[in-house]
Amino acid sequence: MDMTDMNSAAATSPAGRRQGEVILDLQNISLRFGGVKALTDISFNIREHEVRAIIGPNGAGKSSMLNVINGVYHPQEGRIFFRGEERKKMEPHMAALQGIARTFQNIALFKGMSVLDNIMTGRNLKMKCNLFQQALWLGPALREEIAHREKVEEIVDFLEIQHIRKTPVGALPYGLQKRVDLGRALAMEPQILLLDEPMAGMNVEEKQDMCRFILDISDQFGTTIVLIEHDMGVVMDISDRVVVLDYGKKIGDGTPDEVRNNQDVINAYLGSGH
Amino acid sequence: MAFFIETMLGGLMTGMLYSLVALGFVLIFKASGVFNFAQGAMVLVAALAMARFSEWSNAALGGDSLFLANVIGIIGAGAVMFLVAWAVERFVLRKLVNQEGATLLMVTLGIAYVLEGLGQTFFGSEIYSIDVGMPKDPVIMFEGLFEGGVLINKEDFIAAALAAVLVAGLTVFFQKTAIGRALRAVADDHQAAQSVGIPLNKTWVIVWCVAGLVALVAGIIWGSKMGVQFSLVTVALRALPVVILGGLTSVPGAIVGGLIIGVGEKLSEVYLGPFVGGGIEIWFAYVMALIVLLFRPQGLFGEKIINRV
Ligand SMILES: Nc1ncnc2c1ncn2[C@@H]1O[C@H](COP(=O)(O)OP(=O)(O)OP(=O)(O)O)[C@@H](O)[C@H]1O
Ligand SMILES: [Mg+2]
Repeated sequence: MDMTDMNSAAATSPAGRRQGEVILDLQNISLRFGGVKALTDISFNIREHEVRAIIGPNGAGKSSMLNVINGVYHPQEGRIFFRGEERKKMEPHMAALQGIARTFQNIALFKGMSVLDNIMTGRNLKMKCNLFQQALWLGPALREEIAHREKVEEIVDFLEIQHIRKTPVGALPYGLQKRVDLGRALAMEPQILLLDEPMAGMNVEEKQDMCRFILDISDQFGTTIVLIEHDMGVVMDISDRVVVLDYGKKIGDGTPDEVRNNQDVINAYLGSGH
Repeated sequence: MAFFIETMLGGLMTGMLYSLVALGFVLIFKASGVFNFAQGAMVLVAALAMARFSEWSNAALGGDSLFLANVIGIIGAGAVMFLVAWAVERFVLRKLVNQEGATLLMVTLGIAYVLEGLGQTFFGSEIYSIDVGMPKDPVIMFEGLFEGGVLINKEDFIAAALAAVLVAGLTVFFQKTAIGRALRAVADDHQAAQSVGIPLNKTWVIVWCVAGLVALVAGIIWGSKMGVQFSLVTVALRALPVVILGGLTSVPGAIVGGLIIGVGEKLSEVYLGPFVGGGIEIWFAYVMALIVLLFRPQGLFGEKIINRV
């Protein structure tokens, strides 16, 4: 099976989603931490509107891959193309500027702030009023705040967290924190949404909710989604294409069916006891 | 009774200034994880710049308008503090992201020496004066309430009011504006803040500017009271026990801590001083801070310290 086939014309995915052009193209990415090779010569691409899963055993390099896309880590080798243009070395806030949002494997919310305030930070880049307008509470700054607040309330409704709007996130149970994390990323109205194990540690019901949200985001906003997830059932259900990593190397790439039947993938998962 | 109230009020007024300077420490610590030993040097530089710029422009204006000269002085000193903030971010913080707290602490000691040196090179090292028209005469208040009323130093009163307004303004700015929210976000979690597009560099410049503004106001107040001289550096460090007491990460802690120490100092000086000999004001604050540390290592308002295992 030749995976380069996947790069040809846009198609409709098995999940019935319309797939667009390649939005992000990663070529020969290698990332080392001292002696540890987190990623070795990895190439794959992400198409507009698809749900692209990254799977693999613990320590395979999935989060590292996400951090490369997001600009947290800078690979020693490889090139990244965003909408056909080569991307220079960039910091996370610049990735955000390009329309890349993310959630974190270990929730990284602003614990002292309320749910609303946390999600409001996602609107940061869309706020145009300057320091003085804000400091002096001038009309434009107040109007801007209200407009963004409305958008945030929409997201709160969408994620069904109205009842905790004003609660400090530090006081929320884990499952809800994950939802707020998603809300903050969503508030950025991103083109690409990176989700690092959004369902880890959740019970079945919470997982179903989260799945529904992810699918709704994809359907309603057409957001491109990159999803790291350990639950194979979920991955096979909601993703269009899957990349499989093991020990920092890519061992499979294709539709869920193709990946499921890939011998290397089967070996990796059986070998590591998953 | 009137005397007690008088002492209390005096303490509260000094305390408000401590709160202001302590706020400078807390803001920087929260946003960049740096305990800024250079805060005292910043007060000195701000006061020096203010004194000299207004002196020079007063001379240039032919001594006609002290008000205009002071405005120019404040603008000039503000510009200097902005320059300091920019340079600290550009040449120090940016290179040292994610370093140990102890390293950063040493670095701020370095910054303090550089600022003190450069400040005195540019602006001179004599004693200068700041005259923003602070009234020096005391007034009697609350005559209806107490016999003889309460004697209040007008200058202290205005200074305290100014500090209170600034503290309140900053608190509102941090709580109610988008930039304030972004600053709180950075203080809470660098990585997450960056992921939503908040640039660390810009945030640090803003926070150090705010600390510069705090230093400027403190510099003007203290400078006009006791003259602009090197000892201003140590005055700012009197806010040190305040942050220990209030907790390094807490804005309310800085405010309440400042007031407690201000009042405690004055009361102890007046009521304990005669028994233990004078000079109690100097070390009393540290003793109070130490006692708090024994029972609450995180300070009165600080976040609980949890050691990860
Ligand atoms: N900042 C870092 N410094 C040093 N080593 C790192 C760093 N980040 C990741 N690594 C190493 O890189 C390798 C890949 O880690 P990564 O977190 O990407 O794995 P993962 O696939 O996300 O695993 P998990 O399923 O447990 O989340 C691991 O060996 C890890 O120890
Ligand atoms: Mg991971």
